[in-house]
Amino acid sequence: MSAASLDSGRSGRIGKMLIRATVLGLFAFFIFGPLLNLVLWAFAERWYFPNKLPSQFGFSFWARVFDPRGNAMASLLTSVGIAVTTVVVCLAIAVPAGLALGRLQLRWRGAIMLVFLLPSAFPNLPVYVNIARVFYELGLNGTVAGVVLVHAAHGLVLAVWISAAAFAAVDKALEEAGRNLGAGAWWCFLTITLPLAAPGIIAGGIFVFLESLDEFTGTFFVGVPDVITLPLLMFNASMGGNYQIASITALLLLVPSVGFMLLVERFLKPNVMATLGR
Amino acid sequence: MSSAAEQSSPRATWAGMALVSPALLVIVVFFLGPLLASVVSSFQTKAGAWTLANFDKSFELYSGDVWYTAVIVLVSTLVVGLMSVAIGGYLTLGTNPRAQGVLRWLYRWPLFIPFIVAGQVMRTFLAKNGLLNQLLIGSGILEPLAAQSYLDWRGIVLAFVWKQTPFVALMVAGAMAAIESDHIEAARNLGAGRLRILFEIIIPQIRRTLMVGLVLSYVTMLSVLSVPMMINPNSPTMMTVDVAYRINAHGDYGVANALCLISLLLASVGAWFYLRHGVARKGVQ
Repeated sequence: MSAASLDSGRSGRIGKMLIRATVLGLFAFFIFGPLLNLVLWAFAERWYFPNKLPSQFGFSFWARVFDPRGNAMASLLTSVGIAVTTVVVCLAIAVPAGLALGRLQLRWRGAIMLVFLLPSAFPNLPVYVNIARVFYELGLNGTVAGVVLVHAAHGLVLAVWISAAAFAAVDKALEEAGRNLGAGAWWCFLTITLPLAAPGIIAGGIFVFLESLDEFTGTFFVGVPDVITLPLLMFNASMGGNYQIASITALLLLVPSVGFMLLVERFLKPNVMATLGR
Repeated sequence: MSSAAEQSSPRATWAGMALVSPALLVIVVFFLGPLLASVVSSFQTKAGAWTLANFDKSFELYSGDVWYTAVIVLVSTLVVGLMSVAIGGYLTLGTNPRAQGVLRWLYRWPLFIPFIVAGQVMRTFLAKNGLLNQLLIGSGILEPLAAQSYLDWRGIVLAFVWKQTPFVALMVAGAMAAIESDHIEAARNLGAGRLRILFEIIIPQIRRTLMVGLVLSYVTMLSVLSVPMMINPNSPTMMTVDVAYRINAHGDYGVANALCLISLLLASVGAWFYLRHGVARKGVQ
């Protein structure tokens, strides 16, 4: 090999490296640029066009958000309360259904599966609009109970899918061994099947919690004017031009979402996630 | 007693139905019922008489927005698909493990970030003094005086792509990782280039996963209210904003539901494919 071709090989490699670094850099800017901009706004005391950066940084808006008597803390409490109740309601309905779909030989299984696929195959806006219309007549609009019902119905599909997958993955031989040793069906379920399916069910519960915490459209129609969750508070602040309060609230909502994203691959591998039917 | 005999007994069947029925009931009452009510209401006047006036009014006032919505959602779906294939393809075929590691770490961040937060994030990023303009000005691509805000259809598309790409890319990358590496190795040994392997060997095998991911994304984007409301609430805007306006400002459920039915029709093309594929897959398991 001549020196010249060796040299062109090296410069080709450097060229490739530069292209790779540039493309990755641009992609990193695409992912993190928007988040960085949000963080800047969260700590900006004053920021007017055409200033490139905020003219003053500070924490006065954080003090306002974290004021125990302020709107934001009340919204945070409302949001967490609604999300926890939603998880309880949702799992109480989804775990039995998941057991039946994942474990038992069901008649009309295909049709039942179809029903549980439907909600993710259609836009949910018409659903929320018309639930709100019925809830208004029932006096459920603007109540926490109404919002919990909407969130639970929304989270149910995912919870059923995940718990069905969790129960289907439990080895039947273990249960049979328990039965052969003389344990009753209920005892077997409580001490063998349920504990083995628990990690999947907990993952489903976390999903439902996050979906409820982040839900906007349903709450927008059903919760107004009295139930102000964190996403609604953020929306009102942003539309009112208060970017600092909106950005701080957005950061509060970001933390659990990003944390879950980083943790989720521990118990749900990408190839499992890909088969989740969502 | 063998478990198969136990499960097919009538008693076990009834137990199964009893376990599923609460969940089914919730779906019927809180999903199918309201959806049906929406369709019926779009053909009714306020007094309850049958009419097509809601559709006349919808097209008269909002036909521009219907197009605007369709184009935005289709363009976003297309870009999400291209980016997902590019990400999955590089993760499968790339030759630099470090670059692959960085990409794998990078692309998932917006996965669980809610649309409303994506809307706020883009509102700051794409504004006149946002970081996007600063990058363009800093790198000499844009004159400082020519800086403009991108909070129009471009902002909506960017917010959708930012939020939806991780989800589809995750599905696509998972499917690509499950392809038998013998196929790829064989093609490589025969001298096929990486692009050719991607298009002729990998994409045909993951086509269904890609389609399901894109359809779910497409349907989701059609019914997002927060992103268009925060990025571009003024006309022309997306149909979801019009629906909210008809209800909050006029209490006009007829036209709102007519608009909903139009978006249902836009979604049904995708929904049909998804349900057919989903039932086929779940039925086999």
